Amino acid sequence: MAESPFKAEIERVQKEYSEKMTPGAIAVIPGSSVVNKTGSWRVFMPEFNRDKCVRCYLCYIYCPEPAIYLDEENYPVFDYDYCKGCGICANECPVDAITMVREVK
Amino acid sequence: MPIRKVMKANEAAAWAAKLAKPKVIAAFPITPSTLVPEKISEFVADGELDAEFIKVESEHSAISACVGASAAGVRTFTATASQGLALMHEILFIAAGMRLPIVIAVGNRALSAPINIWNDWQDTISERDTGWLQFYAENNQEALDLILIAFKVAEDERVLLPAMVGFDAFILTHTVEPVEIPDQELVDEFLGEYVPKHAYLDPSKPITQGTLAFPAHYMEARYTVWEANENAKKVIDEVFAEFEKRFGRKYQKIEEYRTDDAEIIFVTMGSLAGTVKEYVDMLREKGVKVGVAKITVYRPFPTEEVRELAKKAKVLALLEKNVTFSIGGALFQDFSRALINEKEKPVIVDFILGLGGRDVTFKDLDEALGIAQKALAGEEFDEVNWIGLRKEIL
Repeated sequence: MAESPFKAEIERVQKEYSEKMTPGAIAVIPGSSVVNKTGSWRVFMPEFNRDKCVRCYLCYIYCPEPAIYLDEENYPVFDYDYCKGCGICANECPVDAITMVREVK
Repeated sequence: MPIRKVMKANEAAAWAAKLAKPKVIAAFPITPSTLVPEKISEFVADGELDAEFIKVESEHSAISACVGASAAGVRTFTATASQGLALMHEILFIAAGMRLPIVIAVGNRALSAPINIWNDWQDTISERDTGWLQFYAENNQEALDLILIAFKVAEDERVLLPAMVGFDAFILTHTVEPVEIPDQELVDEFLGEYVPKHAYLDPSKPITQGTLAFPAHYMEARYTVWEANENAKKVIDEVFAEFEKRFGRKYQKIEEYRTDDAEIIFVTMGSLAGTVKEYVDMLREKGVKVGVAKITVYRPFPTEEVRELAKKAKVLALLEKNVTFSIGGALFQDFSRALINEKEKPVIVDFILGLGGRDVTFKDLDEALGIAQKALAGEEFDEVNWIGLRKEIL
């Protein structure tokens, strides 16, 4: 899986942002919404079949998060840290390369 | 020299606020606490208190303005009662969760329906799970003192929680008593200038307050409120000791009165404690072994002190001006929880009385004593008893 383009920024903020709870749950670093992951409430996750993919990018365009980016060969990559499991990508995919599966933690 | 003035508890609360020098007071009038913001607005208008007095359109706005002001980094105060406090409910959780040391003076009043402006403790008792510290005053002097104490405890770095100080509607809010107003310099030394520890506006150090917490963090954030409540127990003792040293008046989380060798101890709060002390004096003359324990600090709940108290009595008779449905009174629940795992524990009998301003007379207390004595003798008794109930009109 290709790395998130935000990786360096995320790591920088994560390093600065103390994992310790502040009084009143104050966010001490501005822009910490970049590092706070929004994928934790997902019930279903998209499962990607690379063989079926025709690289039409509809999933990439329709992802509301956006939690899909493209790798070097322009195949979609799913960022599960931010994917909410809404299933829009699977719904839009014309070749059924994406299926939603129940996520078990 | 401290001045002695005759005043109502409402006025005493306003004086306490003046002495504490808050920078923002936001309040909405409600019986019986209206006089508190009225008096404060006078202080501000006369230039005696350098503060922003915000007139708002509801109690929800009053406490919201206080949250904003406190989050910006200033000492903040408001006053309310009953439905007004209930209207603040959702913001009370926010103030505690954001760890803002706001202080509210509450004229303890019954909740509707039916509409009733008189005294019981249902308003503050209903807010016992918000995370706020809760103090209850027995008289007007205590109303003044406890507000100063509340500021000191709330602002302590180990606590950082908002606090409410309750004083009984009309019995205290509208009754005049001599009250000693401490010297401003002494209060300044006691409280110090408010220096925000975590909540403030500083353009050079931007922060986000009132954040969204995902499931990964919410529980920990709530635990810090729990922990702060636990820390407050020790801090309150320290502040009580310092207050006594500076002002000469002694406070305890649970104040005991004639409890040594007592078989039955009446447990109560607020102004009712004064009545019960008189009653106990009378009984002692007749040789009845009774005592009184007054809960001054209700949140954090003084569990350790309750366990110590329980060792002294065979029967704890709880006199409560509030109802927790299916349980009895809130104290009944709190005392049961504190004592449930103790090897030896007294019998607990609960009494609900004085709701909505119903007078609590010696005759009522006789009725309660009778039931407590039955419990003491090992006879059958009801765990929850409504005292002074006019059964003939039911």
